[in-house]
Formats: sequence, C-alpha cells, structure tokens
Amino acid sequence: MQHRNMKTLYDKIWDSHVVVPESDAPAILYIDLHLIHEVTTPQAFTGLRKRGLKVRRTDKTFATMDHSIPTSSRSLSGFDEMAANQVRTLAANCAEFGVPLFDLNSPKQGIVHVIGPELGLTQPGSTIVCGDSHTSTHGAFGALAHGIGTSEVEMVLATQCLLQRKSKNFLVQFDGRLEPGVTAKDMILALIGQIGTGGGTGCVFEFAGSAIRALDMDARMTICNMSIEAGARAGLIAPDDRTLEYLAGREFAPKEKDWDDALARWKKLPSDEGAHFDKTLTIDVSALEPMITYGTNPAMSIPISARVPKPENEADAAALKYMALEPGQALAGHPIDVVFIGSCTNSRLSDLRSAARVIRGHKVSSGVRMLVVPGSYAVKRQAEAEGLDRIFKEAGAEWREAGCSMCIAMNGDAVPPGKVSVSTSNRNFEGRQGKGARTLLASPLTAAASAIEGRVADPRRFGAVL
Amino acid sequence: MKISSRVVVIPQENIDTDQIIPARFLKVTDKAGLGQHLFADRPDFRALIDSSSQVLVAGNNFGCGSSREHAPWALVDFGFKAVISTSFADIFRQNALKNGLLPIVVDAKTHRLLQPGTPVTIDLAAQTLFIQGGPTGTFPIDSFSKTCILEGLDEIGYILKHESAIASFEQDR
Repeated sequence: MQHRNMKTLYDKIWDSHVVVPESDAPAILYIDLHLIHEVTTPQAFTGLRKRGLKVRRTDKTFATMDHSIPTSSRSLSGFDEMAANQVRTLAANCAEFGVPLFDLNSPKQGIVHVIGPELGLTQPGSTIVCGDSHTSTHGAFGALAHGIGTSEVEMVLATQCLLQRKSKNFLVQFDGRLEPGVTAKDMILALIGQIGTGGGTGCVFEFAGSAIRALDMDARMTICNMSIEAGARAGLIAPDDRTLEYLAGREFAPKEKDWDDALARWKKLPSDEGAHFDKTLTIDVSALEPMITYGTNPAMSIPISARVPKPENEADAAALKYMALEPGQALAGHPIDVVFIGSCTNSRLSDLRSAARVIRGHKVSSGVRMLVVPGSYAVKRQAEAEGLDRIFKEAGAEWREAGCSMCIAMNGDAVPPGKVSVSTSNRNFEGRQGKGARTLLASPLTAAASAIEGRVADPRRFGAVL
Repeated sequence: MKISSRVVVIPQENIDTDQIIPARFLKVTDKAGLGQHLFADRPDFRALIDSSSQVLVAGNNFGCGSSREHAPWALVDFGFKAVISTSFADIFRQNALKNGLLPIVVDAKTHRLLQPGTPVTIDLAAQTLFIQGGPTGTFPIDSFSKTCILEGLDEIGYILKHESAIASFEQDR
C-alpha cells in the first residue's frame, strides 16, 4: 500500500536540503560537504577570482590531492611538470581562499572518496558533492552524494548550493547470501551488466535487502561507488548499526550531545514502508559467481566461469577487437600482464586484507607486474601495522603511496599498449588505464588470484583462505 | 539562437568521456585549446568529424563516465554547438548546458534520418529541429537552462539573488 506521505531515503534528504523549491527553475539545494581535488577545480577558482567572490563556507569545504600525484614517492621533484603545476595550483588556491587542504605530506591525504568517510566527514542524511563522478561512494552512509562538473564546483564554492532537479527513485534489492569468493564488487558488476551503463540514468539508486545489510562499510562503499557506472547519479544505503559503529569517534563525526542528536535524526532516515519507487529490481546474490568484464564498458561483464558472448552489434564487436578477445572464448586462463589493486572502488583496508589473504605465501607470476595502491595514508599505515605490505612485497608486488594511480593513469602509473590488466578499479573504457590498455575489472580476490597464476583466475580455487 | 549546419556522425553508443578527452589531457589549469585533444585516442572518430560542422550526431548514452567538464570544453573549442543523440548521461548533459552546448535528444526514428552531411537547423527558442528532406520535430530542453543560454543569465548570479534564503536556511540548522 503506497501512501502520499511515505518517503524514500532520497526524498527525505532532498526535502531537508531544499533552500528554494523547484519551479520553472531547478531547486536550490544546500550542500553540507564539498570535497575538492587538483584536477577539476583550477578553472573554478579562476572563476571565483574573476567574479571577486570568496568561498562561502570554508568549514564545509575540504581539499586533497589524489588524481595526478605520484605514488612512487611523495616528492614532486622530477615529476611530470604539468601535473606538478596542477598540484601546486591547488595548494595556492586553498591558501588564498582559506580552504583546508590535506596535501601530499598530510597524514590525512588520500583518495577523496576514501578520506571523506575515514575522517567522519561523510555523515548520514547529508548532501555531499565533489568534482568527481565516483562521489556516489559516500551514499554508503545514507548521504546524498554525487559528482558535479567544474562550473558546479564554482557554484558550490561561491554559494554552498547547487541548482538541481530531483531524480527518480530506483530501488535495487539484493537478497540472499554471497558464496565464499563472491564480493560486493561482483554484486555491483552483476547489476550494471543487467541494466547497462545507462540503466540508472535520471535515477538515484537505493540499495537494500539482506545481502546489503550483511556487508561491512567498505563493501557498501564499493557498491555505491559504481552507481555512476550504471548512469545513476547517486546510490544510497540506509544507515544502520554498522554505519554508526564505523562513524563513532572519527575526527569530524559529531561528539557527545551532538552525537546523540545526530542519532535521533539519522534514525528517521530509512525509507518509509510503502514509499514509492519509480523503478525496482531484485537480484538474488546466492547464485552469483565472481564477475569479470571482457569489454570496454563496465556493463560488459560475465561470471568468471562463462565464455565471452557473441557480439550483438558493431560496438560490441569493436570492443572485442580492442580487447583482442574472441566470442566463445573462456576468460579464465586468459594470460595477463598487470594486476592493479587500488582506486576509490577497492583500496580500503578490507580490500587489501582480502587480497593479502590470497597472496600470502605465493609469488606474483613472473612477467606480471602487480601494483598495490592504498586508498589513503591512513589505510597505508594500518595495512603496514598489520604486515600486509610485507605480504605483498614478499610476493613481488609493488607497495605504493596513496592515490588514484593506475585507475585513471594520469600520473605515469599506466598499463602499456596492448597489455592486459586485471584491475579492481571502476572503468574499463578504451585507454582508461593508458593508451591501448586492455582492462578486465574484477574484485580484489580475483585480482590477487590472477596475479599468482599469471592468468585470469577464479579466486574460489584458493577456497581455504576466502 | 539558431544553428544551421551539416551534421557529422559518430554512429556508436556509450561514447564515454575518456573517449571524448583522455585523462592525460586533464592536467591543465585553464579551459583553452582543448579542442585539439578531442577524441585524441580515437582516430576512427576523429576521421568522421571536421571543425566546419557545428552539430555532432552520436549514439545512445553519449558522455557516460566521468564528471570532467573538459569533455564539453573540448567539444565547444573544436567548434560544436550541439550534440544530437537518443540520450545523454546526466552529468555530461548538465556540463554541456553550462557551456552553451545543446544536448538534443531525439527518438530513434529521427536519429536514423541524420546521416553524415545532412543539413539541419536547430532553433533553441522554438525548440525545433529541422532536418532537410525530413520533418521538423521538437526537442525537450530544461526550461531554466534554455533561458540561461538565450538570455545570458548567470546561474551563480541567480543563486546569489537568494542570499537571504540561504542565510536563513543556514541559521535554522
């Protein structure tokens, strides 16, 4: 029974942030947290300067460096001059406008979507934007979070508001229980494969169901992170005890009485029973296998035991040609050259732990380059405290400083032309990991198993450690 | 605002922003000259376009992927004033409109009429698309964005006019 007054989680966050309601013009929506980085902001600061405007809320704006920075060291000397200039420009802009910056030497530096939650900046019921499409990650905490362009970055810096029309509500229900070796990454790849890269266009996902409730916060972030790969601007998961447990005590999380007040507000966030969703979809995760992509967009995925499907159109055929794969070919056993564990999708502590469990006591196959890039300095410190770095290094992998690295290949960490990479990142577009690079997206477990075997490998072969 | 031009056509779906402009060209700190990097790693796409055309026709879900506004900056700098497709990715559509690049959605039947070299006239005020030798159709566009483009209305200026509403919203929290 649907009722007019029943609201979804998205409806509730939207309603509580409308400064001026939608009319002929879009709504003016208040933004609680604006995260910025070096690549999509220089032109926005130039715009502010031209208009003679200030950053309206320097207490709600935080900057970090992640996309184009080196991960081999924290020094810019001898680094790509254009990238170094962009990094220095961010530092200069933050200094001029009074925006707090977690720079290369800060213990709080990291990928913008890793540090937001880690610092407790990401909070349930809030609105969060960043000039990066994977801002959807923060939705794992029940925050309405999405990517914006540079003109909108300027808009939010100047006004702390965004002009926005409301999206549709799309409920994705994940029921059942994951088998060992199958992860959140496989769930989201399966969803995107089912509905396509435009399947969520115009919508905000809410992920619900027993399989979502069973996931830890890192895994929930992996799911929300890739909402944009199905075209949805945001993905949301209602906060629960796990969310609160994660947030409690974090640097920017509310404290004492503020925490109690926040809890009272957050408790009211979950979608009301009977609230209206424009679209719904249910996926039973019990039947899922580890997923892997074979083509040039994240919807082109198959279960790891399946064979590359026959192309349905010219674009599919062109994708297979680019990937040098044949229809009917098994992907398991396909030779690989590079393994990348990292990115805002899969670079958190639990991702590194699960990869390390598989790698421990093995060697990276000769001829395979394996790069492990923690999502933040804090993740790196904790991983090192647990000895994960030693496991990776002893296996022959490279252990790096935090950054986006080989996900976007802006910093020189790139897959050579024609080489095949198994990557825990989010995009397998042509050239994404370097010109001519052939990317197979998969979970950290699958990536680690593949590194050992030198071929695409089913992590369930390492059953005892999963 | 009227655009009369022959169209160029890239008949592929899901052209993502990494194809429109690869990430290695995002290390700039200004917007100038990005047209030279448009479709930089796609000589096959590059061969289908030329800067004498102002209208690009592309397949479904154009502009999916990243939020980089460098994608519309590159298209505009190259000389395009409109892109016609059967659908656009949300962030790309927003970014395009903010740069006066019209994202024009047509149905599949109309899309098929648009062959390389077909002359078209786009009238933003009337929201019409005239295809030579074909029918004149209408296209949807966000009414506020349309006003902004036609009247040169500045969106940040528009929000700043609501300063008192923003201030009282902040006060109440």
